[in-house]
Formats: sequence, C-alpha cells, structure tokens
Amino acid sequence: MNLPCHNDPIAAIIASHQLIPGALLPILHAIQDELRFIPPEAIGPIASALNLSRAEVHGVISFYHYFLTSPPPAHQIHICCAEACQSMGSERLMQHAKSTGDFSVHPVYCLGLCANSPAMMIDDQLHARVTLDKFDRLTEMLGDQS
Amino acid sequence: MKLFVPSDSAALALGANELTAAIAAEADRRHIDITLVRNGSRGMLWLEPMLEVSTPEGRIAYGPVETTDVVSLFDADFLHGGAHHLRLGFTEELDFLKKQERLTFARVGITDPLSLEDYLAHEGFVGLQQALSMPAAAIVQQVTDSGLRGRGGAAFPTGIKWQTVLKTQADQKYIVCNADEGDSGTFADRMLMEGDPFVLIEGMTIAALAVGATMGYLYVRSEYPHAIHILNKAIEIAREAGYLGRDIAGSGKTFELEVRKGAGAYVCGEETALLESLEGRRGIVRSKPPLPAITGLFGKPTVINNVISLASVPIIMARGAAFYKDYGMGRSRGTLPFQLAGNIKQGGLIEKAFGITLRELMFDFGGGSMTGRAIKAVQVGGPLGAYLPESQWDTPMDYEAYTALWAVLGHGGIVVHDDTANLSHLARYAMKFCAIESCGKCTPCRIGSTRGVEVLDKIINDQDKTAQLELLTDLCDTMLHGSMCAMGGMTPYPVLSALKHFPQDFGLTDTGAQHA
Repeated sequence: MNLPCHNDPIAAIIASHQLIPGALLPILHAIQDELRFIPPEAIGPIASALNLSRAEVHGVISFYHYFLTSPPPAHQIHICCAEACQSMGSERLMQHAKSTGDFSVHPVYCLGLCANSPAMMIDDQLHARVTLDKFDRLTEMLGDQS
Repeated sequence: MKLFVPSDSAALALGANELTAAIAAEADRRHIDITLVRNGSRGMLWLEPMLEVSTPEGRIAYGPVETTDVVSLFDADFLHGGAHHLRLGFTEELDFLKKQERLTFARVGITDPLSLEDYLAHEGFVGLQQALSMPAAAIVQQVTDSGLRGRGGAAFPTGIKWQTVLKTQADQKYIVCNADEGDSGTFADRMLMEGDPFVLIEGMTIAALAVGATMGYLYVRSEYPHAIHILNKAIEIAREAGYLGRDIAGSGKTFELEVRKGAGAYVCGEETALLESLEGRRGIVRSKPPLPAITGLFGKPTVINNVISLASVPIIMARGAAFYKDYGMGRSRGTLPFQLAGNIKQGGLIEKAFGITLRELMFDFGGGSMTGRAIKAVQVGGPLGAYLPESQWDTPMDYEAYTALWAVLGHGGIVVHDDTANLSHLARYAMKFCAIESCGKCTPCRIGSTRGVEVLDKIINDQDKTAQLELLTDLCDTMLHGSMCAMGGMTPYPVLSALKHFPQDFGLTDTGAQHA
C-alpha cells in the first residue's frame, strides 16, 4: 500500500481512497478537483494501486465527458444544447458565443434548468434565461476578472 | 422578521445569492433585524428568484425579484406584506400551487432543506417510525399495495422489485438511488434533492429495512454540484441525529449512506450502466438477466430506484397504501411531479395525480408558450420520448394511455416547442444525441445512431428521399428491437413520431409519411 505523501497530491489521493469499494471514479474526481485535470502520469499509480491495467484506467477516463486530460483554460463556458434549451434558442446562443471573443465554449446536455431556458454555466456558476445581451454582460465581467 | 429566498439551483442561476446579499445589506443599513431562510423552490420557476415574507396570516410572495428591486421593496414595507408591483399575494393561494396535489413534494419550498427541526415538524420520519415497527415483508407489502411504480421512467412496480431483493439470500444487499437525471426537461429529482434531502434519506432507509440492506449509494450526476453539496450535509446531519448509522432511531438496525458523483455520461442513468460506474468502470450496459435485484452492485442483490420513487415511500408508510393509491387512474396510482419546460410562459413543477392532460398542464398551468406563438409539438418523457401533436394533448397522462399512443410518459418531463420548431431537425438531434451518448456495447445503438444522422441528413437535403425514408424506418425497427437498453431502443420514439405527425417538416405530404 502506498503511504500518504504530502509532496505528491496524486499519491496522497490514491492512498486515502484506494480501499473504498469502487474507488476509481472517486479517485479521478479527487484528482481533478485538486489539479483541474487528470495528468497522464496519474494513470500508472492508479492502475497499480487498484490492480487494474493502465488501459482500463485510461478507458474509464476517456469514457466520461467530465474528466479532462489536459489543463482547462482559465474560464470555461458550457451552454446547454438539449431540447428544452433548443426550444428557447440555445443554438443561436451557441453561435453567438463562438463568434464573440475567444472563450472556451462547450455544449452540455442538460443543466436541469429547463423551465428557465436557455441555460449555461460559466466555470461553476449557473445562469438561466440567458439572452444574447445577458451573455455579453456576463462574459464582459469575466474579462475583467481574468 | 422571517424571509425566505430559495437556494434551489434555478433560483441561484437567476441571482438568488446576490439578492440575499442585497437584502441583508439593505436591512443592515436600515437597522432592521431579519432572519433569512434559504428554502427550496416552490416550483413556480418563472417567478424565481421568488422571495417570501412570513406574516401572521401566512407567507406572502414577491417575484421575480432582482437586486435592483430591493430598495423599493423595503420602501413598500414588504416585510409586513406591503403593496409592490412584484407582490404576488399569499403563496398558498397562488393558482399554480393551489391546484396541485403535493405528496412527494409536500415540504419542498416550505422548509429549510437542512433543518432537521423543520423536517420533524412537517411529518418527517413518521414513515420511518412506522417501518421500524413492522416486519420487512409488511413494508414491502405496503409499498406494493400503494401501486407505486418506478418514477424514473420505466414504471416497474416498486414493491415487486423490493420483493425480489427481500427474498434473495445474501450476506450483503444494497440500496442505490439513481439520481443521474440527465433527460432534458426534467428537474424534479434535482428540486427534491436540493429542497428536501431528508425525505430521500428516509425513503432509502425504509427501503433498506424492507429488504435487509445495510449500505446505500446515491449516484448523482456531476452537473448537479449543488444537490451533491446539500445531500452530503443532510447525510451528516441525519447521521449525527441517529437517523443513519449503526443504530437507526434507536432500533439497533444499521444503514450507511454515501453520495457518489457521476462524470457526465447520460447512459449512466440506465440502471446497469450506473452500477458499472459505481463499481469504478465505464458506464457500459449489462445484459439482463441477471436482474440487479438478484445480482446487482458488486454482484449483490440491489434495490435500484429513482429519486422520486424513493422519496414517495415515506408518505406511503406514514399515511398508508390506501391514501396514496386513492390518487391517480387505471394502473397509474398516486401522483407524478410533472415538469413543464422549454418554450412555456409559466414553467415549473406541478405535482398532480395521474389523469391530468397535457393541454391542462400547458395552458391552465403553463399559460401557453413563452414566445406567445402557437405550440406545435411537445416532447414528453425526455430525449427518448415521442413528440406529441395537438390531436394527442387531451389524452389523460397515464402510463398505459401513453403507451397506446406510442408515446412515453416516463419521468413526467414536458418540453414545449412553438411553431418555429422544425421537427426534422429535432429528429436528427435525437439520433445525434444517441450517437454522442451511446455506451457502444450493442451495434443497433452504436452504429444505428450514426447511420440515422446520415439518413436524416439526406432526407432533409432531399436526396433520394423515398429510399432514405424506407432505410430510416428499417433502421428504427432494428434499433427498437435489437438494442440492449432504452438508449438505442427508444431513440426511434422521437424520430418516428416526428416523421409521423409532422411530415411537412420532412418535405412530405401527409401520405408520404405513411412509411413511418
């Protein structure tokens, strides 16, 4: 068993999670919470701690949309593109977002704000009833912060 | 002075935290002592953020309130229910709420979600106390007698599922709550977890007593961080108060509960894919049999139920099976929290007995489309549900009646589209969504969805239309009958219903659609 090592956050996370049942997702979440992504060098230690092959660990990371394998940009925008938001013009919002400024914009399929569509998320912050004006206002503030 | 500002995600996304801060600052400036409670949402989501003030006559609502309204609200003496253009009246008297039958959502929006005191004062843990005084088989019988069916969409009788787990011998059994609410147009699970987490904990604990399980997992999607946060806190509070852990409410029985976070895979809402994910693997669908009730999580007998199914159990135990069964129609007993969403003026949560119609929900509750245009098509039951044309809006909402329409009542999510919607694009989207989210295990879903997008593109671009329509119908038939789970197996519902009911959007006359 790996001993907790405070210099190495990945080793510390593995050590504190490896004995719980079904530990792989909780470990990956903890690493991403800490480092904002899952670095490739984490795969080997995770695999050996959980007695899995590297391919199995890689397979899990690549299966789930949420896990990132490279550092994300400072700000991330997720625009809901599922049916309810489509009915309120999320496609137009998406086009607008892509054409204005150099944000990292990704689609997301449902934020659970379907009665206040269209919805989006800037980093961890939810926003609903997002008009094009509201989008510009919110992202302008974003520019000021960074 | 007691004030309520929801901390439901929908309210937060519309500035509820900023509003709370502005109210606190203004009260401070005016030297007024106020108590701010962060409640769940009442479900009138077009009015969020909706604040309420407590008066001796009852709670008075104001909404939707922006931070810029705060000074004028104080000037209008809103703390005593003063007149203001945002004043809506007594909350309980508002038409949208008054017409509902709130059983599962009885406390949501009324209590502080993390106040155990509030929970106990509103019939909390009464069902658990009942269950603790009964033998396991009697609990299962009561749930069976209530007629409760799985609220996640499949509508399988909950009591029958529990019975299978109860009679399967094992050294370890599990309760798993499926809170991977990924369907567009659904937010009842989220509202319940954020607005009344203790009822879900109570429901899972009763399930554990009923089948002899000692460990439970709540699998919540990663898109719901606020719900995860609230659930974790609620579990901690319940454990400290002795409602979870080694000695539930002094009974000597053990039940532990843990929240697990999903990772953005829609297919994990399918129960066997969810179990795979909980075990630390890719969310790949398992073959059935064996049923999860016999060989489930970590190979052990497992009750896996949706949030609303489990959260409906406490009231069934507290008030009795007959009380619950009295609501509804046919084989659809009790209530369903309908979620009115998309292009709708008054969207939100409407808990009603089965039997209400889509027209009543969209017009009496919803007030018509948000854009003011004619409503054209309504998708019921999530991305895998059919599109319903106006001729079907008067059918009572009941599982069997919807099956007869070749539609799906599912989770009760309703997404409204106005007459600017193009159903051929929505059909293409259904195939595309399936291609993005397919787990990849079975061919009809993995390959069929990609071919479906291609075929629909050709139809939309008017290339060899007659042959492509035949191909699409054939492909949908293969997906319907050859897929391992509902992902591929139900994607044809939105596709074929769109083609059948809205042939003009595919460049066809009515007769051309008879291929479908």
